[in-house]
Amino acid sequence: MAEHAVVAEDEVDLSRRKFLTRATIATGTVGAVFAAVPFIESWNPSERARAQGVPATLDLTKIEPGQMTTTVWRRSPIYVVRRTADMVARIAGHDELLKDPHSENSKQPPYAKNALRSRSAEFLVLVGTCTHLGCLPKQRFSAGELYPSWPGGFFCPCHGSRFDLAGRVFSGSPASANLVVPPYQYPNEQTLVIGVDERGVA
Amino acid sequence: MAVKTATGAPARLPAGAAPGRGGLWAWLNKRLPIDKFLVEQVTEYYAPKNFNIWYFFGSLALLVLALQLVTGIFLTMFYKPGELTSFDSVEFIMREVDYGWLIRYLHSTGASAFFIVVYLHMFRALLYGSYKAPRELLWLIGMLVYLALMAEAFMGYVLPWGNMSFWGAQVIVNLFGTIPGIGGPLVEWIRGDYGIADATLNRFFSLHVAAIPLALLLLVVLHLVALHESGSNNPDGIEIKEKLGPDGKPLDGVPFHPYYTVKDMVGVGVFLVLFALVVFFKPTLGGLFLETPNFEPANPISTPEHITPAWYFTPYYAILRAVPDQRMGALLMLLSLVSFFFLPWLDRSPVKSMRYRGWISRTALALFAASFVLLGYLGLQPATGAYVVLARISTVVYFAFFWLMPFYTLIDPVKPVPERVTYHAH
Repeated sequence: MAEHAVVAEDEVDLSRRKFLTRATIATGTVGAVFAAVPFIESWNPSERARAQGVPATLDLTKIEPGQMTTTVWRRSPIYVVRRTADMVARIAGHDELLKDPHSENSKQPPYAKNALRSRSAEFLVLVGTCTHLGCLPKQRFSAGELYPSWPGGFFCPCHGSRFDLAGRVFSGSPASANLVVPPYQYPNEQTLVIGVDERGVA
Repeated sequence: MAVKTATGAPARLPAGAAPGRGGLWAWLNKRLPIDKFLVEQVTEYYAPKNFNIWYFFGSLALLVLALQLVTGIFLTMFYKPGELTSFDSVEFIMREVDYGWLIRYLHSTGASAFFIVVYLHMFRALLYGSYKAPRELLWLIGMLVYLALMAEAFMGYVLPWGNMSFWGAQVIVNLFGTIPGIGGPLVEWIRGDYGIADATLNRFFSLHVAAIPLALLLLVVLHLVALHESGSNNPDGIEIKEKLGPDGKPLDGVPFHPYYTVKDMVGVGVFLVLFALVVFFKPTLGGLFLETPNFEPANPISTPEHITPAWYFTPYYAILRAVPDQRMGALLMLLSLVSFFFLPWLDRSPVKSMRYRGWISRTALALFAASFVLLGYLGLQPATGAYVVLARISTVVYFAFFWLMPFYTLIDPVKPVPERVTYHAH
């Protein structure tokens, strides 16, 4: 059987062979991991997608008090509501009916982690996708529009999640978190820029 | 040409010695073991002789796989993936390609038929304990086939770029966002953009027509190899290899060909009649096989009234929605699939087939099947009021079937299993 073998069987250094086998496998594995990197990275948003994801600018003078406009930033609908003093007043007084009244478990920049969930009382800026399964909540801003004690807010037609005029979710909704506030800033009185703030571009 | 023995079974001839097969055939067989393969895997592969109607669905799944491959290849010739082209190219196939409507309806009906056949095939395994030793690996590979099929169907559903395609993709891809820590970047990586976009559509197309079908084919081959290694189970759950005749062949077995090839042809005939009825008369099956909102192009700023996945995913979707917390819901949905993988080790019953199991196992299986169907129905309904309550009860029943199995199968009053399979000659 071993007629062609250069060395006799008992002279084979098995521990050396085992070490070399393992070293080869380990080196090959590391190589395979590195070779996989370009393929995995190719799935990241492309340069074009990133270029199209630049901050979106909105002219605030075109929104009347009490109105909402929808703009698009990074393929998400962004709701911008110009709240009247009456609407702002209707945000207070129902904290006990909310799942997360102080936005502890919700996503928003630090400057929107307040009672009105915004930089200023007047403008509310929200990502307009329901935190439940991504549908678009509809505006139901008038008091009593859904039921007599309804303080005004948003209603998701898909699964019935309800949010107040600061985008905070009411108990009994399938959504667990308040509507997301994107990063934004006002470069001047009339302009809103979504997707950038003093911390940099999102 | 085939030589028959007195019992009617084909004579067993040494490979390559078949009469009339000289010259080229012998030349081929010397280089490629065609005869050897056919004898070992087909004409002298012994299957239990007591198969019943439940044993049609494996071969039917193969048939549907072939149908999906052929129709899929032809659809790819006319379909153009892309945010701006997908929807229009599907309409082009439906209206302007000769018989394009037929090819597409065969493919879309084939997708649903695949799941019907696979669900019945899986239920058969539950009914007769086909996942138990020595077929655990056969079951696991089968489950991988099922997972690959789910991925294939989901991505295929996105391709027409209708509004349900878009929002279905949105909801399903967002599920990965519930993974703590890496969720957000992972979702962005899957989509290749900040939302479901052209990039997402194109990669799903690539996966749908190349990567997953290749994986699926490989897994199906492994499934068949594992099946032929341990041999088929049967409605009595008796190992036919343990009772061999003097010739070393199982006493309760018959050669797969011609006995089961002929039997399967009957199943194929019945299946094709039903399949053609759907394709020609009810291709959307009332919005179940092709959902109504998908006849509207994808619209990122308008959601359909109710987002529901295709019917074959609705049991899992109902479990997802039954949980008030989204992360827990996603976890439970994952667990509902993973549970199937543990089945061979959760079942402690000494008996395979329900024929010889007691009332506890039978009731458990009946409740499980009912909860699965009910969840499937509830997944299509809005998640409100009584529907949610029912979904929660069904979810508990669903999981109880799996995770209480180690206990109830031990106390189940089983009946004695006969020595030989029950069989009445026709």
